[in-house]
Amino acid sequence: MTYLADVVALTRKDLLLQLRARDTLPAMALFVLSALVVFNFALPVEESRLAALGLLWVAIVFTALLGLGRTWAAEREQHVLDGLVLAPCDRSAIWAGKAISTFVFLALVELIALPAFSIFFSPVSGATVAGVLLANVGICAVGTLFAAMSSAGRGRELLLPLFFLPLILPVVVGGVGAGATDDPLRYLGFLALYDLLFAILSWASFEYVVTE
Amino acid sequence: MIRARQLEKRFGEKRVLRGLELELERGGFLVVTGPNGSGKTTLLRLCAGLATPTKGTLAVEAERGRIGYLGHEPLVYRELTALENLELYGRLYRVPQRQERSGMLLERFGLWEARDARTGTFSRGMLQRLALCRTLLHEPELVLLDEPFSGLDVEGSALLERQLDELRADRTFLVASHEPERLQALASARLALA
Repeated sequence: MTYLADVVALTRKDLLLQLRARDTLPAMALFVLSALVVFNFALPVEESRLAALGLLWVAIVFTALLGLGRTWAAEREQHVLDGLVLAPCDRSAIWAGKAISTFVFLALVELIALPAFSIFFSPVSGATVAGVLLANVGICAVGTLFAAMSSAGRGRELLLPLFFLPLILPVVVGGVGAGATDDPLRYLGFLALYDLLFAILSWASFEYVVTE
Repeated sequence: MIRARQLEKRFGEKRVLRGLELELERGGFLVVTGPNGSGKTTLLRLCAGLATPTKGTLAVEAERGRIGYLGHEPLVYRELTALENLELYGRLYRVPQRQERSGMLLERFGLWEARDARTGTFSRGMLQRLALCRTLLHEPELVLLDEPFSGLDVEGSALLERQLDELRADRTFLVASHEPERLQALASARLALA
């Protein structure tokens, strides 16, 4: 219960920070809308639904990357991570709180992105929505860990995409597959398995990331 | 409470601490002095567990949640108020009756009136006072202070001196300072880093 209370307190803190600073969320929303508008003009009218679906995932992944780049900004700029790391709480709670708040931001942005995609391209199926939600878990689990790792070093803007994009490739495969095939359950199952595996790995390894 | 043997810390090629021997008994008050770059901050970070030694041994007889660390930065969120910051730390540090304790410290350090203001609007001195509240919030048994008088005005400095005097009886202190004369009356030992 104490662990959960820590995670809730840390998540609440991140949501409150974003509510007050209002920097990352509007930028993510604007980015995903701009990307979809650009894709709308870039993709030929007669192009298939499958190609458009692929572009939706490109927009989602790069929007997530934009948000993840700012995930640890408050801790980095205000050096608060030292204070959190010294607390007797389980350090993985810091990761969990951050991953959950990132998930909320990404889901909020997708509340704008998915209807916009329906307007510009084609209606979004239930399988795609399920795929997006499951993908968010993997993106946030892995992305939060690698954002923490890259935020400690120099050249973090370069390091994060280099770490993150190769690892998130299975999420894109699963997400596109779920929306494009007649058997989405196979791909959704694959996404759930990826989420479980990488959430456990990220949760367990965060301790080592924040120790010098 | 703290025992260091042949302690060494390197950052790449740069050696910050070399062959340091240190012994601080429980209840002691050690003042660390030295010029910029002599390793005062590094020593405090090592004792806090925020860094690991390159060579040698360092034993600190205080659990993670029983150390109070005041660094160069206040370690607070600028978008949160003073009270919200302390309540967050209070929860994470398992402080019983954290609201009362936060309020009491804010009052003691002259920040009660500013408790609901975001810390991003605070002056350097107010941030230092808040950082001291954060450091002492969980009643640590080992207190590590890095330049605690930095940014404080005359009143704030006097307040801090009084607090240190009160707390000295049942806590162990390791204080890095460029103003050791302020701590002369409290210090049980001094360590000069070169």
